Amino acid sequence: MPPPPRCGAAAIRLPFPIPYPPMLRFLLTRAGLVVPTFLGITVLAFFLIRLVPGDPIEVRVGERGIAPERLAELRHAMGLDQPLWKQYADYLGNVLTGDFGVSLVTRNAVIDEFLSLFPATIELAAAAILFAVVVGLPAGVLAAVRRGSVVDHTVMGLSLTGYSMPIFWWGLLLILLFSVNLGWTPVSGRLDLLYYVEPETGFMLIDTLLAGDTDAFRSALRHLVLPAVVLGTIPLAVIARMTRSAMLEVLGEDYIRTARAKGLREKRVIGLHALRNALIPVVTVIGLQAGTLLGGAILTETIFSWPGIGKWLVESINRRDYPALQGGILLIATTVIAVNLLVDLLYGVLNPRIRHAR
Amino acid sequence: MSMDVRAIPGGPADASRPPRPLVEFWYHFRRNKGAVAGLAVILIIATVAVLAPWIAPHDPLVQNRAAILQPPVWHDGGSWSYVLGTDDIGRDILSRVIHGARLSMLVGLIVVTLSLAVGLTLGMVSGFFGGVVDVAIMRLIDIMLAMPSLLLAVVVAAILGPGLFNAMLSVAIVVVPHYARLIRAAVLAEVSKDYVIASRVAGAGPLRLMLVTILPNCMAPLIVQATLGFSTAILDAAALGFLGLGAQPPTPEWGTMLASSLQFLQRAPWVVTWPGVAILVTVLAFNLLGDGLRDALDPKLKR
Repeated sequence: MPPPPRCGAAAIRLPFPIPYPPMLRFLLTRAGLVVPTFLGITVLAFFLIRLVPGDPIEVRVGERGIAPERLAELRHAMGLDQPLWKQYADYLGNVLTGDFGVSLVTRNAVIDEFLSLFPATIELAAAAILFAVVVGLPAGVLAAVRRGSVVDHTVMGLSLTGYSMPIFWWGLLLILLFSVNLGWTPVSGRLDLLYYVEPETGFMLIDTLLAGDTDAFRSALRHLVLPAVVLGTIPLAVIARMTRSAMLEVLGEDYIRTARAKGLREKRVIGLHALRNALIPVVTVIGLQAGTLLGGAILTETIFSWPGIGKWLVESINRRDYPALQGGILLIATTVIAVNLLVDLLYGVLNPRIRHAR
Repeated sequence: MSMDVRAIPGGPADASRPPRPLVEFWYHFRRNKGAVAGLAVILIIATVAVLAPWIAPHDPLVQNRAAILQPPVWHDGGSWSYVLGTDDIGRDILSRVIHGARLSMLVGLIVVTLSLAVGLTLGMVSGFFGGVVDVAIMRLIDIMLAMPSLLLAVVVAAILGPGLFNAMLSVAIVVVPHYARLIRAAVLAEVSKDYVIASRVAGAGPLRLMLVTILPNCMAPLIVQATLGFSTAILDAAALGFLGLGAQPPTPEWGTMLASSLQFLQRAPWVVTWPGVAILVTVLAFNLLGDGLRDALDPKLKR
């Protein structure tokens, strides 16, 4: 048997000089990968809608029927008589110039509807991920430090339960308990009808503060709590599990033993030396929750009548508003790609091992 | 730690022979109490699903006008003939939950089989042949993974039209990338090993190499993923049912039951409670089992 290849100085020496600084090279390569993915998403969005049975115009006209000449005229006006690749090229051209089509129901540009509703979803998702991190991170650290104890088993049991939770049902249970029985929180919406706040940013918490209306701010906060907890439940479970396993891995490292041997207090060893290194994979997992949050928003917003893009998408489906659906999925997928890209770049900045790897 | 040193029970007395794989697997698996509990719950649910028509006290579709929104037996006004109460048109909730187990297990089975078959093929081909085929398949999979899975399932279900079968199909399509990636990684790890090269030199064709030589060595992660796939399938199909895109009323599907009882949340909470409990318990059991299988089958964690 040949001896195993030795790792060490020889492995690091490159056969050619790197033309860019490694960091820039990493950023460019990673960002470049986004382009084919985005193009693929546009193809998917374009063809998915073509799969809807029936001619788009006949579907729109419905039972009333339409004269053949008028049908041909409309088909020509919409470019439906063009070859498929031409239709796709036109679609891509429109998308790249910010034209995502027009809603069949409201006749508004899809991008305008999306942008007016998106802040509500971002506010909800941000509150959810905040809740998940604030609870999940300490819970995971605690479980790792007290490995095998009752605390560990409780945290892991609860997080597996959270991970298995049908969040649409979880939301109903919380409404039943906190809104119906205890009366602590409102059942639905973003703000009591008593208040009106001029939408400046679209984020209710910020808008109410800008208006200087503390009562409205409190109302907005009370509306936000339950949906955020429901949407944050699965990310919370994922973050707690990930933090625990990352901490366990790090706690076995030599530098932790060194830190302890130096006589550092346990709090400092855990809080500084261990947590900082354990955070690297956790940050990635937090970033990957963007998809979970936007997917979960469909259910959460429907339960709580939260006026965001999740509820809008479900309504578009029920109204057979296919342009809105098409624009919506493209915009959501683009958001997820963008967030994942940001997280990857951040990961590279945080972790020198990635930054310098080829 | 004396457990680890002791010889594995059931293994042959001759220490030079390794223990039989199943015995060794069970030895590691049963030490994980959560996984054993999960397996037990799944067996119970599966039995209930198979025997549903015989053990359900009532027909899940029969309405009783005399017993509308009747509470469970332990509430005032409850009766033993409707143990978990009745819904808004007087159907027995226990019977509906029992029949729902049938649908959910069926959903899990079909979705996992479909997605496994497609994902296995894509992943195998991608990992085995590499090159342009690999790049093409992996790009496609990256694109699918860029969509939130529930969103993609909702969109596909909306396009196919509501119904239980279409819901299963859309959930199956959405989870294919996970299997394909997993298999590809496993195949890549095996394909250049000596035993594969030996088999290739001996004249085995690509089909034989893929299915007979390599596949059996990629089974461990597949089994784990398939188990966890059951929970995803059940959860997502219930979510589609809840959104009105899955099974249609009066089908006793758990998510659909929740959706049609929303308006009775305040008056009759029991209508909402039980289908949700059923989903949670089933999904949790599959997740527990999956975690246990991973620990028992993963050689890196074994000792």
